Order: sequence, then C-alpha cells, then structure tokens
Amino acid sequence: MDAKRSTLSYLYWLFCQFELITCSYLMEPWEKVLFYSFNLAMAGLLLYTAYICLAFHLTSALQLLWSFLGNPRENALSVVK
Amino acid sequence: INHIVHNGGLYKRPFNEAFEETPMLVAVLTYVGYGVLTLFGYLRDFMRQWKIEKCQNATEREEQKDFVPLYQDFENFYNRNLYMRIRDSWNRPICSVPGAKVDMMERVSHDYNWTFTYTGRVIKDIINMGSYNYLGFAQKAGACQEAAAKVLSQYGAGVCSTRQEMGNLDKHEELEKLVARFLGVESAMTYGMGFATNSMNIPALVGKGCLILSDELNHASLVLGARLSGATIRIFKHNNMQSLEKLLKDAIVHGQPRTRRPWKKILILVEGIYSMEGSIVRLPEVIALKKKYKSYLYLDEAHSIGALGPSGRGVVDYFGLSPEDVDVMMGTFTKSFGAAGGYIGGKKELIDYLRTYSHSAAYATSMSPPVVEQIIASMKCIMGEDGTTVGEARVQQLAENTRYFRRRLKEMGFIIYGNEDSPVVPLMLYMPAKIGAFGREMLKRNIGVVVVGFPATPIIESRARFCLSAAHTKEMLDTALKEINEVGDLLQLKYSRHRLVPLLDRPFDETTYEETED
Repeated sequence: MDAKRSTLSYLYWLFCQFELITCSYLMEPWEKVLFYSFNLAMAGLLLYTAYICLAFHLTSALQLLWSFLGNPRENALSVVK
Repeated sequence: INHIVHNGGLYKRPFNEAFEETPMLVAVLTYVGYGVLTLFGYLRDFMRQWKIEKCQNATEREEQKDFVPLYQDFENFYNRNLYMRIRDSWNRPICSVPGAKVDMMERVSHDYNWTFTYTGRVIKDIINMGSYNYLGFAQKAGACQEAAAKVLSQYGAGVCSTRQEMGNLDKHEELEKLVARFLGVESAMTYGMGFATNSMNIPALVGKGCLILSDELNHASLVLGARLSGATIRIFKHNNMQSLEKLLKDAIVHGQPRTRRPWKKILILVEGIYSMEGSIVRLPEVIALKKKYKSYLYLDEAHSIGALGPSGRGVVDYFGLSPEDVDVMMGTFTKSFGAAGGYIGGKKELIDYLRTYSHSAAYATSMSPPVVEQIIASMKCIMGEDGTTVGEARVQQLAENTRYFRRRLKEMGFIIYGNEDSPVVPLMLYMPAKIGAFGREMLKRNIGVVVVGFPATPIIESRARFCLSAAHTKEMLDTALKEINEVGDLLQLKYSRHRLVPLLDRPFDETTYEETED
C-alpha cells in the first residue's frame, strides 16, 4: 500500500515537472485541456505509427531469417537471396 | 575549483567569482517553455482580435484602428501574454517596515492576474529576503529613528525648494561634511534621489567630444545619464579587463571617429556590486588601467557602500585602495543606510563645479530633513562615532551571513552567480514557469523573495535574487535555507554540476571565442 502511494506521488511529481517545463502550470484550465489533448493526440499517433512500422519490420526480418535457414518461402514478402 | 587571481600583486586577498554555465538540457527546455507560451500567446491574441475573448489589456480606440499599431511589438506581446500570467509575484503591497521580517497584505485574483482584490488578511512575519536592507537600518525603533523623529518635529517634512534657491539647510551641510569624512574624500554633495544622481550628473561631467566606456551590465540610471550627456558610448564586456584595455588602446590610438582628434575626456563607468549578477568590480585593475591610459573613473557604489569592506566603507575599502584614485565616487543612501537619496564625492573643485552645474542641484527638490537625519545617525553608527560598536558588529554580521548563506546554497547544488563576498545572491531559475512557481511557493512558506525575468535579465537566465541583511539572525537564515531546499527539490532547481568554470586568466585575443572555457 505504501509502495503504491509512493509510486503515485512520484508519478504526480513527474507530472508536475512536465507542467513546469512546458509551462502548462501557468495556463488557464481551457488552455490546459487544449494543450494536453493536442499532446495526447500526437503521442497516440506516434505510438500507432511505431506499431505499424515495427510490425512490418519485424515480420519481414523474421522471414529473411527463415529463408537463411534453408526454407525459401513463396510469398510477396520474401526477399531474393 | 575557484580560480584565484593574483594579478601582479594588485589584489591583497583572493578574488573568487564564478558564473556557472547554463546546462544544455536546461537551456533547451527553457526555449521549449517559451515556445509553448509564445504559441498560446498568438492564440490568445487571435481570440482577442476576433472578439472571441474579452480584451482586458490596453488597446487603441476604435477610431485609431487604422493608424500605426501601438501595441504590436515584442515588449507588449510579452507583457500581455507572459508577464500577466506570473504578475502576482511582483508589486506585492507590504504594510510594515521592511526589516528582517515584514507584513504583507494578502491579495487574490479571480481573473488570472488581470485584477487583484485584497482579502483583508495581513500575512505577518514573512522573512524578508528581498529588501536592500544590508545593514539592517530599516527599523521603526532605535537611535536612528528617534533622531529622525526629533528632526521631523523641528524642521517638518518638506523643504519646498531646490538646493540652489532656498533649500540648502544646515542639515545638508552637516551631512555632506560627514559623507566626505566617511568616504575619505575632500568634499561631497548629496541629492534627493539616487537614480537622479546618476542620470543628472553624468551629463554635467561629460559632453560631446568625450568618450564613455561603460560596463555591459550597468544600471539603467548610468545608461540614461550616459545617453543624455551626448558623449560617445562604448561598451566593454562585463568585468573583463582585457576588453576594457582593448577599448582604451583603440581610443587613444585612433581618437575621435571622423576628425581623429584626441578625446576630450575618457570616463570609465563601473559599479561596485552589480545587483543582477552579484559580481564585484575588479577595482585594482581598473585603477591601474585608468592611470596607465590617463582616463577618469566613475564608480557607482549603490549596493556596495556600507555592505563591503572591513569598516563598511565600500568597495575601495574592500580592496584596500586609496579613495583618491577614484575620481568620482557615487553612491546611494537607499540600500545600507535605510534612507533615500544619493551622493557624489570627490575633489573639492569637482564638487563645487557640480553644485553650480548639476541639473539635480538646480531643479530637484533637496532631501527631506528627517531622511537627512536618518543618514547622519546611521553613518555615525557605522563609523562608530555614536559611542557604540553596533555599526562594526553589523558590518561583520553581514559578512558572516553572506559567507554562510552562499556556502550553504552552493552545497545544496543550486547555481549561484557572483562573488563570494557580495551580499546579493542570484539563484538561477531559467524556466519561465519556475519563476512564478518559485515566488508563490516561497510565499506559501512565509518567505518573501524577489524573482527577476526578462527584460531585466537575458531571456533564458531568469533568477531569484536574495539580498542578505545584518538583521537576519542565523535562525532566520536556517529557516530560509530549509525552505529553499524544499522548494528546490520540489521544482527541480538544483542544476549545478559543481563544475565551476575558472576565470580566464590569459589575454583576451582573437583566438578566444568565449569568455569562459572548460
């Protein structure tokens, strides 16, 4: 329980540092809403792009490895040795 | 490691001054903060212009909308979008004598600092780390106050005339003789306002055809006086003797710009303690340069008189030099003497000239008699002529407080600018949100501090400035330090990496790009 409370207060302190650095500490509430929603939208987009990109790269890398082990695969994603 | 400079035996004691460099991450994040605030500033300006939001700042009238716009420069943009958000840290009304502890009227704002209302409550006993009360003479009881009250009942409060007409009281003559004795000069003249002393007397001393060499970070009064005089002004880097010597050499070799005639007068303007940096001028070197190149020195001891030196006589006493080497010694009574006004001290011919030709003597009302008596009483106290050792004890207490406070703050890990012995302690904050947060958090913990941002400092180097006082006891300083430590941890202000850059000791030539190097 104590560990949970201390991690929560640490996270709150981190959030306060974020507020101070980006000056959202000084903003009025509606400005804060605008700023945070913009930030969350950007972060969400970044995560989604990373997910797609990563998935693509991982599957193609795994197939290359598979083909090196001597099992050539016939599909659109296979790499010519 | 502080670099100790013993420059050919000019310094009798080590000169420890350090300005730690801004950490790169902190600088980048400060710019990020300012960038976000600028974007929101543009958004708010847009909303105000299209009437989506009520416009509460000053704008032109409807009929003037087609004229040249008045409020579109950066200063006004900064004012309404950045300054307004943290405005509650300034102009706080106090309602008691600004001693070591002060009472403040509480105020709240319901529309984000555009208007303030007083709740009616008075916050009592706030530890005052912002007043220029170096020797603790801002008191409402004591020998100085009694003497001033007696003079008030004798002379009244107003003088109703200028010095040259009917405003020259015998009290003024007594004060000027005392100031001359205190400084160790032949003669002195006092004025009612410290700012006016600088801005009105420099034009009387130099004019067109003269050269003024002024430090980069000089006070607005010196800059205004220099500009009003009409002389050519050249700026040298802050406290950098190589830069000053280069300018002096160029001035002597090349003379005036078009005609190549020699300059009529070369005047070097420096301050004793620079109040935003906490640095002390390198007076022995300046005097050596002045003698070598035959120029004049104007020393503004606004913050250093009474606060430096073993007997409190200012920066000349601190370095152990002779007051005869400084041509014009200027200072103010506002900081260490608990009064108001300024003085200029020097040779008798100079002061007699100023009595006739100074704008301030001819047009400004002379000093009020109770204020004069407060200065006389406090100066006698510092000199020890009132029969007690109170003055000497205060000077020593201030020196002790300074060393203790600075050492503890540096140990905690804050970036502190300036000289080890200066009672002005700037603590770097850098980020704009932390300026407002620091002021508010310290007030919550009952400590009053002064925070400074743009335009008094460069835009990323905002700071909190502590002014120590002989009236602060060790317990008060310990309480203040404990709270500063807490707030420093809360706001993450401990930027120091303990890598104090040593001062540049070798000559400043074309191969040094920065003043400080790792």
